[in-house]
Amino acid sequence: MERMPSALPDGEPVPDDGALPAHALTGAADRPLGFYLHVPYCATRCGYCDFNTYTATELRGTGGVLASRENYAETLIDEIRLARKVLGDDPRPVRTVFVGGGTPTLLPAGDLVRMLGAIRDEFGLADDAEVTTEANPESVDPAYLDALRAGGFNRISFGMQSARQHVLRVLDRTHTPGRPERCVAEARSAGFEHVNLDLIYGTPGESDDDWRASLDAAIGAGPDHVSAYALIVEEGTQLARRIRRGEVPMTDDDVHADRYLIADETLSAAGYSWYEVSNWATSAAGRCLHNELYWRGADWWGAGPGAHSHVGGVRWWNVKHPGAYAAALAAGRSPGAGREVLAEEDRRVERILLELRLREGCPLSLLRDEGLKASRRALEEGLLEGEPYEEGKAVLTLRGRLLADAVVRDLVD
Amino acid sequence: MPAIPSHVPEPSRTDPALIRNFCIIAHIDHGKSTLADRMLQLTGVVEQRQMRAQYLDRMDIERERGITIKSQAVRLPWAPTQEPGNTHILNMIDTPGHVDFTYEVSRSLAACEGTVLLVDAAQGIEAQTLANLYLAMENDLTIIPVLNKIDLPAAQPEKFAEELANLVGCDPDDVLKVSAKTGLGVEALLDKVVAEIPAPVGIKDAPARAMIFDSVYDSYRGVVTYVRVVDGQLNKRERIRMMSTGATHELLEIGTNSPEMLGADGLGVGEVGYLITGVKDVRQSKVGDTITSLSKGATEPLGGYKDPKPMVFSGLYPLDGSDYPELRDALDKLQLNDAALVYEPETSAALGFGFRVGFLGLLHLDVVRERLEREFGLDLIATAPNVVYRVVMEDDTEHTVTNPSEFPEGKINEVYEPVVRATILAPSEFIGSIMELCQTRRGTLLGMDYLSEDRVEIRYTLPLAEIVFDFFDQLKSKTRGYASLDYEPTGEQTSSLVKVDILLHGDKVDAFSAITHRDQAYAYGVRLVAKLKELIPRQAFEVPVQAAIGSRVIARETIRAIRKDVLAKCYGGDISRKRKLLEKQKEGKKRMKMVGSVEVPQEAFIAVLSSDDGGGSGKGKK
Repeated sequence: MERMPSALPDGEPVPDDGALPAHALTGAADRPLGFYLHVPYCATRCGYCDFNTYTATELRGTGGVLASRENYAETLIDEIRLARKVLGDDPRPVRTVFVGGGTPTLLPAGDLVRMLGAIRDEFGLADDAEVTTEANPESVDPAYLDALRAGGFNRISFGMQSARQHVLRVLDRTHTPGRPERCVAEARSAGFEHVNLDLIYGTPGESDDDWRASLDAAIGAGPDHVSAYALIVEEGTQLARRIRRGEVPMTDDDVHADRYLIADETLSAAGYSWYEVSNWATSAAGRCLHNELYWRGADWWGAGPGAHSHVGGVRWWNVKHPGAYAAALAAGRSPGAGREVLAEEDRRVERILLELRLREGCPLSLLRDEGLKASRRALEEGLLEGEPYEEGKAVLTLRGRLLADAVVRDLVD
Repeated sequence: MPAIPSHVPEPSRTDPALIRNFCIIAHIDHGKSTLADRMLQLTGVVEQRQMRAQYLDRMDIERERGITIKSQAVRLPWAPTQEPGNTHILNMIDTPGHVDFTYEVSRSLAACEGTVLLVDAAQGIEAQTLANLYLAMENDLTIIPVLNKIDLPAAQPEKFAEELANLVGCDPDDVLKVSAKTGLGVEALLDKVVAEIPAPVGIKDAPARAMIFDSVYDSYRGVVTYVRVVDGQLNKRERIRMMSTGATHELLEIGTNSPEMLGADGLGVGEVGYLITGVKDVRQSKVGDTITSLSKGATEPLGGYKDPKPMVFSGLYPLDGSDYPELRDALDKLQLNDAALVYEPETSAALGFGFRVGFLGLLHLDVVRERLEREFGLDLIATAPNVVYRVVMEDDTEHTVTNPSEFPEGKINEVYEPVVRATILAPSEFIGSIMELCQTRRGTLLGMDYLSEDRVEIRYTLPLAEIVFDFFDQLKSKTRGYASLDYEPTGEQTSSLVKVDILLHGDKVDAFSAITHRDQAYAYGVRLVAKLKELIPRQAFEVPVQAAIGSRVIARETIRAIRKDVLAKCYGGDISRKRKLLEKQKEGKKRMKMVGSVEVPQEAFIAVLSSDDGGGSGKGKK
């Protein structure tokens, strides 16, 4: 429920019809295409959240266009139709769909299914398409899950965050401990093959033992995928204000490092292996293919307010406010707020910073002389694995994963 | 306002008997510039509509900081109130008002026969004023004590008149009371200057001898030299000789300031004015030197010439290494106007290429640094100021150390450091805290005198190194700002001095090396090491920060290795932001200085070197 940062980058304008430069579609057939659908509504805003989400059910855009939860699916389907026009005769079926937010499950299951249906109608879904939605443990029940499964969703991701009441309270999460684990069972009975639990560590007041308890509870529920994120205290959030006022303590980076080590140790012992810095899965099939598209520079269309898209080296992002977003689509315009056409060097840098986070690592062939020298130093310092290095890959060690950003800064030289 | 005098004698044709040469001795803020403004108005040399405050302080920096760096001389016609028509020529010579420029002050005083001792009626005399008063007394100048700002509600004219009378040896009733701001009493003061200050005496027919008391570089006219003619006469277009160097020049222009430059035929006995020879560098026209005519010139120079000697050194480095040529050019330009400024290139492993610059004192350092930053747009790092040490080795070889990192290794016999005689004036209630401060700074009490019931003059011998190290700040804070300080170099002494090195991850950081007394080395080491631990970000590896004397470590802290430097999330909407953050971090990395393998932010150097305890100059800058 927190896949989208609230601040948009600076960029050049997007044309009214959303048209892409011709080169963006060159060689498209060789790249998978995914769809991200953003649902910008939440029942309440969590204290740590700085994502593009709104608690009001109705938001007014320019010209009086109404963006409401009730007509949201229709608005988003308008953008899917726009995508069809922009991508023209691109023959690719969609490989992955990911519905995130916000809280997608605040919408009726039928709305999510209809949005997926629009993609199927306009583009077609690949036979083995991965279709995921995020879900709030308190806003789903077996009937809801059955409806999603019947509508074509085959993967579900629950925001569990912690098994401890006092930690959930600091995070403003309303669900009761135990509920997310039961959700996994309900999803399994509904026929979901793939289930993820999201966890957060390093929340003020959380102890190592609290964190172990959360990991144990998550593992005990038996999902095939676990994501574990260090809590980032973003400026402008309620939590940042509380920390500044001294009401809750700030978590030290060393504590985050310790928790990460605990997570990797516990998850590995339970049969989950890391495949990205913050993601673990029981098998290759359990990995989130949609996220892998992001990390491997594939094409994806992000629909919804504030959503980012990337097609063939062109990245753009939609206007943030649901009202402005709905107004643009109602007027037949692209809701794109800005875009950037990535230069070759930008793409090289992005490949390094994304692929280095993956278990498969980043090919040394992407590095220049200075970067190669730096990679050898990183190898000597024990931040990169020896064996893959011999095979031309920079793969982070456990300690290296904790210092991934520092390694990237040296490798891009 | 009196009528502007008629029949004003012209330069080169002025009877010495009508000339009065005087200066004004005053503490900063005691109103010297304002008094000068009133005199310019009363004597009619500046028209009312052209008047602006602090007319004579031309440079912005002087005006802003309320200090006068370069002295000037102004020719003022004045007919005393009692004898209208008998127009005299008053040459007002503006003296610099700070301890760093004592030599320049002494030359200005040598150009005068009398001085106006100007003291704030609400504050009384201050240490610098007292020091200059003693200088004036040594020069046998006639002293006219004046209390200024008597219009202030806080003024205590009776009390301070008593104090001045005691110092000068006159009757309290003889102390003039004026308000330079309103002009009250200024006419009476001008009358008194005429009545009491002796006319200059010189030999009219002797070979010309003129003393240089100031030398100013002007970008349009080259060096403008201010002189006082003692004997004979200098005429325009004659060839002159500088007696200390033997250099000869043609007098392209000679004249007086009223207050703007005004050419004349020449300058005669007792007269004060300027001359221009076309030289481009003030070092060719040195303060204190004697000028004579090339043909049939004098053989004996006037006494008192000294080469300016830098007392305090600091390394100046451009924040951005590529500004080094600009810094060099800027120093070259400043030197045109500042004979006391010396510098040579220096390389620091930590700070790159820069200059070791010698200054007369801390104010001089501050003024130069500020001019470099303001007039030349440079961003600088200045290392902590240090004094000059003389190190004698056991094999009798000798080293002059102007930079702590050059302190010799090996067997040292003696280390000599410069000492000063410091004079501190303060209310007597602070005697205890002042003495305590001076004791901790290795001072030796020389004596103490009460100026009045509740004000005291305390004299100490102090190592100069202790003064350049935040002494003035401490003095001010311990006396709630009431104490004033003056000092003059008196020689050197042997001391138990050691060099403290700072090591980062085992590598010496030259910029942080300091020479301290053995007893203070430990405290210095502990403080600096703790500060660096705070300022240097955690690195990929553990970094020991050590202070050492030779190979003996006296303080140690450890910067723990950074264990986490990774953003947890990186999904579709994060990628642009993350790439841009990376670009920003790369920029930040460029501003890091590599010390061995440790990345030290520029800010850490600035914070350590320019902090109060690292070499603050009492101006609270940065």
